[in-house]
Amino acid sequence: MNILVIVKMVPDLVEELAVDPDGKGLDPDWVRWKPNEFDDHAIEQAILIKERHGAQVTVVIPDMDGAEDAMYAAAARGADRLVKLRGDFTGSANNHALARALGKYLPELQPDLLLTGVQAHNDLDGSLGPLLAEFMGLPYLGYVAGVHLQGDKANVRKEHPGGVVAEMEINLPAVLGIQAAEQAPRYVAFSRIRQAMKTAAIEEQEIPHLDISGAAEVSLMKQVESGERAEMFAGDPDQVADRIVAVMRDHGIL
Amino acid sequence: MNKDIFVIIEHLGGEVADISYVMLAAAREIAPALQGEVVGILLGGGIENLCQNLAADRVWLFDDPRLADYSPTTNLHILGELIQQHAPRAVIFGDTSTGAEVAAGLSARLDLPMVSACHSLTVGDQSLGYDSRICGGRIQVQGELPSPTALIAMVPGGYNPDSGRSAVPPPIERLAIPHLEEPPIRLLSYIQPETGDVDISRAEVLVSVGRGIQNQDNLEIVEELAEALGGAVCASRPVVDQGWLPVSRLVGKSGRRVRPKIYLALGISGAPEHVEAIGGSQVIVAVNTDPEAPIFNLAQYGTTSDLFDLVPVLTDHIRQARSERVA
Amino acid sequence: MPIRETFWNVPHWAEIGQYLLGILAVLVFAWGMVRRWRRWRQGMAEQRFDRLGSRLAGFVVHAVGQARTAKEPFAGIMHLTIFWGMAALFVGTALATIDWDVTRLFFDFQFLIGGVYVVYELILDIFGVFLVIGLAMAIYRRYLSRPERLGNLPRNNLAWDDAYVLGMLVLLAVSGYLVEGLRIAVTKPYWADWSPVGNAIASVFLAMGDATNRGLHLAIWTGHALVAFAAIASIPFTKFAHAITVPGNIFFRNLEPAGSLAPAHYHSGPGVEEWRQFSWKQILDFDACTRCGRCQDSCPAYAAGLGISPRDLMIKLGAHVWSSKNGVGLHGSVVSDKELWACTTCRACANVCPAFIDHVGTIVDLRRYLVDQGRMDATLQEALANLMRYGNSFGQSERMRARWTQTLESKIKDARREPVEYLWFVGDFASYHASLIETTRLTAQLFQAAELDFGILYEAERNAGNDLRRVGEEGLYEMLVEKNAANLSRCEYQAIVTTDPHTYNTLKHEYPEEINGRPVLHHAELLADLIATGRLKLSRKLGYAVTYHDPCYLGRYNEVYDAPRRVISAAGCKLIEMPRHGDQALCCGAGGGRIWMEEGQIKERPSEARIREAAELEGVQALVVACPKDVTMYKDAVKTTGYEGRIVVKDLVNLVHEAL
Repeated sequence: MNILVIVKMVPDLVEELAVDPDGKGLDPDWVRWKPNEFDDHAIEQAILIKERHGAQVTVVIPDMDGAEDAMYAAAARGADRLVKLRGDFTGSANNHALARALGKYLPELQPDLLLTGVQAHNDLDGSLGPLLAEFMGLPYLGYVAGVHLQGDKANVRKEHPGGVVAEMEINLPAVLGIQAAEQAPRYVAFSRIRQAMKTAAIEEQEIPHLDISGAAEVSLMKQVESGERAEMFAGDPDQVADRIVAVMRDHGIL
Repeated sequence: MNKDIFVIIEHLGGEVADISYVMLAAAREIAPALQGEVVGILLGGGIENLCQNLAADRVWLFDDPRLADYSPTTNLHILGELIQQHAPRAVIFGDTSTGAEVAAGLSARLDLPMVSACHSLTVGDQSLGYDSRICGGRIQVQGELPSPTALIAMVPGGYNPDSGRSAVPPPIERLAIPHLEEPPIRLLSYIQPETGDVDISRAEVLVSVGRGIQNQDNLEIVEELAEALGGAVCASRPVVDQGWLPVSRLVGKSGRRVRPKIYLALGISGAPEHVEAIGGSQVIVAVNTDPEAPIFNLAQYGTTSDLFDLVPVLTDHIRQARSERVA
Repeated sequence: MPIRETFWNVPHWAEIGQYLLGILAVLVFAWGMVRRWRRWRQGMAEQRFDRLGSRLAGFVVHAVGQARTAKEPFAGIMHLTIFWGMAALFVGTALATIDWDVTRLFFDFQFLIGGVYVVYELILDIFGVFLVIGLAMAIYRRYLSRPERLGNLPRNNLAWDDAYVLGMLVLLAVSGYLVEGLRIAVTKPYWADWSPVGNAIASVFLAMGDATNRGLHLAIWTGHALVAFAAIASIPFTKFAHAITVPGNIFFRNLEPAGSLAPAHYHSGPGVEEWRQFSWKQILDFDACTRCGRCQDSCPAYAAGLGISPRDLMIKLGAHVWSSKNGVGLHGSVVSDKELWACTTCRACANVCPAFIDHVGTIVDLRRYLVDQGRMDATLQEALANLMRYGNSFGQSERMRARWTQTLESKIKDARREPVEYLWFVGDFASYHASLIETTRLTAQLFQAAELDFGILYEAERNAGNDLRRVGEEGLYEMLVEKNAANLSRCEYQAIVTTDPHTYNTLKHEYPEEINGRPVLHHAELLADLIATGRLKLSRKLGYAVTYHDPCYLGRYNEVYDAPRRVISAAGCKLIEMPRHGDQALCCGAGGGRIWMEEGQIKERPSEARIREAAELEGVQALVVACPKDVTMYKDAVKTTGYEGRIVVKDLVNLVHEAL
């Protein structure tokens, strides 16, 4: 059983974000990259499957600042193979481009199951999972929170709004978009990560060309104004209640 | 060239999902300038009754027992053929657990441009534009959606869903189901949510109390408000510390992060540890007698009315609004 | 001529029997001790045979002098009288043995004769009284007064052990006096007044007649011998063992400063998974515990109801080492994760322990294993992840660390770029915590007012790691030390000053190579110095009454008690001490990483108990603290205890600033 986990690096929202002077993208000098939180869950889910059924887990990450640290942490958690994609991913690379590139390379690894986070907060042209699945000709199911293998199929739990969960069956090989692993990503003691730095080997895969078609063009990117104060409602309780009810109507509650 | 706007209607458990009305509202707004029609598209089994209040110019129905359970590959197949056949100007999906994957799959399959996290759409001179919010809502992105066909995955917040509802049912056309293979993805069963203590991280409406509630007995009026709204009561740290609500209701750094549509903050000052856990809320309405309370920096709406005066009145108004709506 | 009539009234067979039984008892004792020693040896190696002079000095003060035991009046007198009573009687018996079996047999003389002998008798009688008084106090305390810390033991059979020891000693004391009294009643020596107690007892038995008394004497003498030999043989198997293990534990105690944790040992992983991964000294710790419970009484986590008792921990670990199931399941069955995480590492326990047990070191070693296994609550996990990624527990960007400096009028020197005299290591809480930033600015202003040549590391500073070590994340600690050390090595400075006692502790004791012997000061020490030398002039006398809370890592760990008090007095405040001050100070509850953890089920927060303690002092308007975590803990506690308006929390810096 060969499991691939594709991890995207996304801007760390703890840092202040700044937009490029030309207004088309994020200023790369300010952005600090961290692994997408949902991809972290995907790694955890992969390790859980490995512990349960036995599997080889390969983690694939595009080469960006912090990607190596993320790979060593994954190795410390139990990932068997680490692959770094070499190419220019910081510029205009979007999910379509990444999915196309991966779609060409990943079949070499003969995966039975591909896991990736269901979404990333910097997704603008759809999320990586369904795009990748389509380019590889594989079925895709997203918002998955629980994976159990049954021979050449997987039983998964798909989350819908309102707490409704659908138990679904999917033929393998397939791509799953992980919403949450069955348990929260475990803590990895730093001494183990240090150990992984010494023993784990990172393979490299060259991605010569990124085809970014498939996304809509960006004509303007800007920061949303923060620190604006609330619109205040004044008056007696009836008047205020009226305004609040109106707000609720606008947002589909009521 | 087809100038129509396709809206892929979402439904679950026999009800049309709210996002569908938001999408219809968006389509309604841009359709006139594009000189196209709003076509609602539904896939399912026994769903004709769901079309009654859709504000579409017409509805195309793929109604078949084989479609009763959601299967993304089937939807990809049917919608793929439909879109290729008609080449509409835009196809709007919900950026949701069922819409997002189909939209992206179609973008890759049909080589059509796609935009997600879309908040609103604009029309210019013969051009169609999008406005998306990414990076936790901190970055706004705008651009043009190229012709002939663009795919959009939409999030709520830019439109009033009421504008997507119609008093008059739209004309319905039943379309033939194309040949369907055995799907590689099949539904086995639904697991309904537990009726145990509420998972506030999943609630759509939260009424939250802070130190301003003053004592445990006062929680009663808050519970009534929450009930009227169909939401849950949660709290900031001081309330849970006092034991007036269980820890499962704690919103904050040491409690849960919440992403409701509406977060009603009653008597909460807005300490950083609390505020960082409610940033995912679509709308925050804060009630605090202190006009300088930090919560007002994050909330979109606020009032300095005394919560003890306001809450019972608000509960009444809400109950009234609900009964009006059902009627 | 007064002489000791050893074996008076004792038939020959009994005399022989006594020697035989005595030898047997000693053999059993020896075998028992060897058995214990072999248990200790199963632990890991640890160097404790250095600095024999200091070890001996400590032994004299604490094992013989029992200075810590004596700190409590009742229990102190109780134990000292028992100890000296038994010591004297033991020496007395030894002298009698030498007198009878050595000097008489081999050298043809006895020394227990005449004046020497009667003084000997008198001393023994008096010390016997001490013993009886002590035993009476002990019985009263354990069975009548019943203090909490002696009860509620985790294992039932221990109460029998306690009773056994007291019972045997009582039997020995009583039978000893009876034997003496009966002997005097029959032999009626003219020097009987030199044995006042024996004499008094004799007068009771006189009426019974010589024949009866001789019979009684032999019977009780035999009983006394049997009890004594049983006691001796049972030493290694009962609480009596503490007479050997505690002095041993004191001799082999840790001579390193309290603030310096032993580094992690890596077996299959770091920390202790099974008991043989403790060092031999830690295993001796468990054996030395006499269940006195002083640690439990002083533990803030225990008082808060967090589910840990340092006493119970030692008892359970001690039992585990001996139980037949050992080698399996230490974590989760003998000790729970919850109790290990409850500790604030305040060291009140180790500080008060008369046997010099290091509870904290053991807890940290056990925590190291938990961390390696990822067994911790979600909030701690998040804090550690933040520390790993951002170098601070707040999860805020490193770039924001020095943002607090932006509103200062004059810019602080950048120690990375220019040489400074004092490198101010600001610390996470002072840099990032919204409500503490103002105090940090005040501190900067004070330093500037004193025209101090100081600088900070700006964005290059990272968490110093003190609490990371105490939480058990040794690997992450090492990483942060490397980063800090690399940055520090690029700077030119003469001394380091910090406002955070935790930072102070680790920089002072656990960073030495990196700092190359340069002094590390806490701001209390620096302020005291600046005020004393006139560099910081205080023009006002504040005049109101305050109390001062000694932070754990400044006071108990590093014995800096005076400097902050000098600052308070220089500011013109009247200092009224709380009952628990100095090394008895009650921890605020934030240490040991607890401030990063979920609070859990808590009866009463240590910080709330402390505020109540402070508020009870009449006239006290402010609680003065010297640690940023204390400021946040106590400000919160003032609100939750409803004492807003009654007492305020101020840092030393606030006080000094007011008095400028």
